[in-house]
Amino acid sequence: MARKVTARRVWVSTAAAWLFGFLIFLPILWMVLTSFKTELEAFSMPPKFLLFHWTTENYATVQERSDYFHHAVNSLLIAGGSTLIAMIIAIPAAWSMAFAPTRRTKDILLWMLSTKMMPSVGVLLPIYLIYRDFGLLDRRAGLVMILCLGNLPIVIWMLFTYFKEIPKDILEAARMDGATIGRELVYVLTPMAIPGLASTLLLNFILAWNEAFWTLNLSTSDAAPLTVFIASYSSPEGLFWAKLSAASTLAIAPIIILGWFTQRQLVRGLTFGAVK
Amino acid sequence: MGQITLQGVRKSFGPVNIIKDANLDIENGSFVVFVGPSGCGKTTLLRLIAGLEDVTGGQILIDGRNVVGVPPAKRGLSMVFQSYALYPHMSVRGNIAFGLKMAGLPRSDIDRKVEAAAATLNLTPYLDRKPRELSGGQRQRVAIGRAIVREPKAFLFDEPLSNLDAALRVQMRMEVAKLQKQLATTAIYVTHDQVEAMTMADKIVVLNAGNIEQYGSPLELYERPANLFVAGFIGSPKMNFVPGEVAGEPSVATLGVRPEHLKIGKEGEGWPGTVSVAEHLGSDTFLYVDAGKLGLLTARCIGEFNFKAGDRIWLSPDPARLHRFDKDGVVIRT
Repeated sequence: MARKVTARRVWVSTAAAWLFGFLIFLPILWMVLTSFKTELEAFSMPPKFLLFHWTTENYATVQERSDYFHHAVNSLLIAGGSTLIAMIIAIPAAWSMAFAPTRRTKDILLWMLSTKMMPSVGVLLPIYLIYRDFGLLDRRAGLVMILCLGNLPIVIWMLFTYFKEIPKDILEAARMDGATIGRELVYVLTPMAIPGLASTLLLNFILAWNEAFWTLNLSTSDAAPLTVFIASYSSPEGLFWAKLSAASTLAIAPIIILGWFTQRQLVRGLTFGAVK
Repeated sequence: MGQITLQGVRKSFGPVNIIKDANLDIENGSFVVFVGPSGCGKTTLLRLIAGLEDVTGGQILIDGRNVVGVPPAKRGLSMVFQSYALYPHMSVRGNIAFGLKMAGLPRSDIDRKVEAAAATLNLTPYLDRKPRELSGGQRQRVAIGRAIVREPKAFLFDEPLSNLDAALRVQMRMEVAKLQKQLATTAIYVTHDQVEAMTMADKIVVLNAGNIEQYGSPLELYERPANLFVAGFIGSPKMNFVPGEVAGEPSVATLGVRPEHLKIGKEGEGWPGTVSVAEHLGSDTFLYVDAGKLGLLTARCIGEFNFKAGDRIWLSPDPARLHRFDKDGVVIRT
C-alpha cells in the first residue's frame, strides 16, 4: 500500500529540503560573493549580502600577482596524470581479483584499504625526506606519484565492486560463444563496465584535484597546483579575504563545472548495482 | 553428429570429490537429463562437458575425439544458462549473432542465420530490443536462439526453466522438447525437477553425491529402480519404504511400494492404518496413513474416494509392483 502523503507534508518537506540544500550551498555562495567585494567590504560588520560595491579587481589582482593558468595547468596535469596511472594499475588488479580470486584476495583488499586508515601526516616526514633526497620536491612527477598511490586503494576497491557485479555466467556465455580473452574484454566486459569505469575515473580526478595535504607540503611554485595557489592568499602578512575568495572561486570553478556535467554519470556509478 | 562419451571422469575441488568416476554414453540426437538433489554434482558434470571446468581425471569424448584440454568454444557445444546470461548491452540480434561473429562468418550469412533462428523462436518482432525490454520467457528464447544459431553438436541446458513461473515453465518445457526433436541435435539438460526430467528425457541420469546412480529411460527408472536412492527420487509422491522384517519378508532389508500401487480397502486385507491427512487434489487423493509399526505410508487413489482423517483403512500392495532392496540399498532382482 502506498503511504498517504498530505499536501501540507509535501510542502513542509520540500521547504525543509530546500533550506538544507541552501545551508550546504551557503559557504560557496558566500565565497563567490566575497570575491566581488573590496577587501574593506569583505570585513564589514554586519556583512553585506548583495548590496555592496561589485568589483572584479580581485580577479585582476590575483591573476597579476600569481599566474592562475600556470597553477591550473599543474592541477590538470597532476590530477589527470595520477588518475590515468591509477586506472592503468587498478583495472587489471581489480579485474584479476574479481574474476580469478584466490584464498588471499579478501586479505589483499583489506590490506590495501588499511593503508588509507593511517593519517597522512604520520608519514609526512619520511616521505618528505625521501622526496628531498630523490629530488622530487616541487616536481609534478612527484605529486603525480604520491596522489596516484594515495588514491589507488579506493580506485581498486571501486572497480573491484563494479566488476564483481558483472555476472560470471555472461563471461562464460561469451567463452562458449568462442570469444577469446581479448574479445571478451572488448565486446563484453568493457561495454558492461563503462558506467563503473567512468564514475571511478571522475571521482578519482576530483579527489586528486582537491587534494591539499601532499600538494601543499611537497610543492612550492614550479609544480604547485591550485591548492597552493589558494593557500598563498592566507599569508603571514594577513588574510586577504576578497582575494582569497577570488582565488578559491577560480580554483574550484573547473571541478564544479566538470561535476555539473557529469553528475548523472557520477550518481549512476556510485549507486551501481544498488538497484537492479 | 553429437555422440558424447564420458570415461572415468573425476572432478575434485581441493579435497572434495564432486564427481567420482562418471561413465556415460550419450547417443547422437538423444535428449538426456541429469537429475538429482542440489549439490549432487549435476551442474559440475555439465560444466565439465562444456569445458568451463577442467576434469581432474578421465576422458570426455565428443564424436570419438578426446576434448579434455580443448577450450569450450572449440568443442562445438552451446549452452543455455539458468540466468540466461544475455549480453545486456546488445540487442537480441546482437546476442544471437555474437557466436557467429566470433567465428568470423560473413555478414550476410550471419544475418540469414539470425533471422532464421528468430523466426523459429517467434522472436522476429523483438530483434532490435535490448534484453531488459523483454519478459522472462522471451529472454529464455533469446538464450535458446543464441544456442541453436551456431548449429552445435549438442546443446547443454543448465536448469534453464527454473527462473520462469509455473505456467510458462510447462509451456517452455514442451517447446524445448519439440525444438530438440525438430533439430535432432543431442541435448543434455540439467534439472532438479523430476517432473521435468520424466517429461522431457529420452534417458535420465540420476546423480547423487557425485555418483551416477542409474542411467535409463524414464519408465525404466520408474519401473525398475536400481537402488533405494533412485526409487525414492523418481516418482511423486515418493515411494513408501518399509523394513522387510516388519512387512513379513525377513530376507529383504527394505520393501518399497509406490503410493499408486497400494490398494485401499475399508476392511479386511493387508496393512491396517489410520488416515492422518487426506489431500484432495480433484483428480487424485493422497492419503497419509499412520500404519503403526510400518510407519507413515502414502497412498494414492482416484479423486472420488471419500476418505477423511481418522478413518480406519487397510492397504494391500500389488505383489507384482513390490521393490525389494538388500541391506546396501541395491535392488534384488528375482
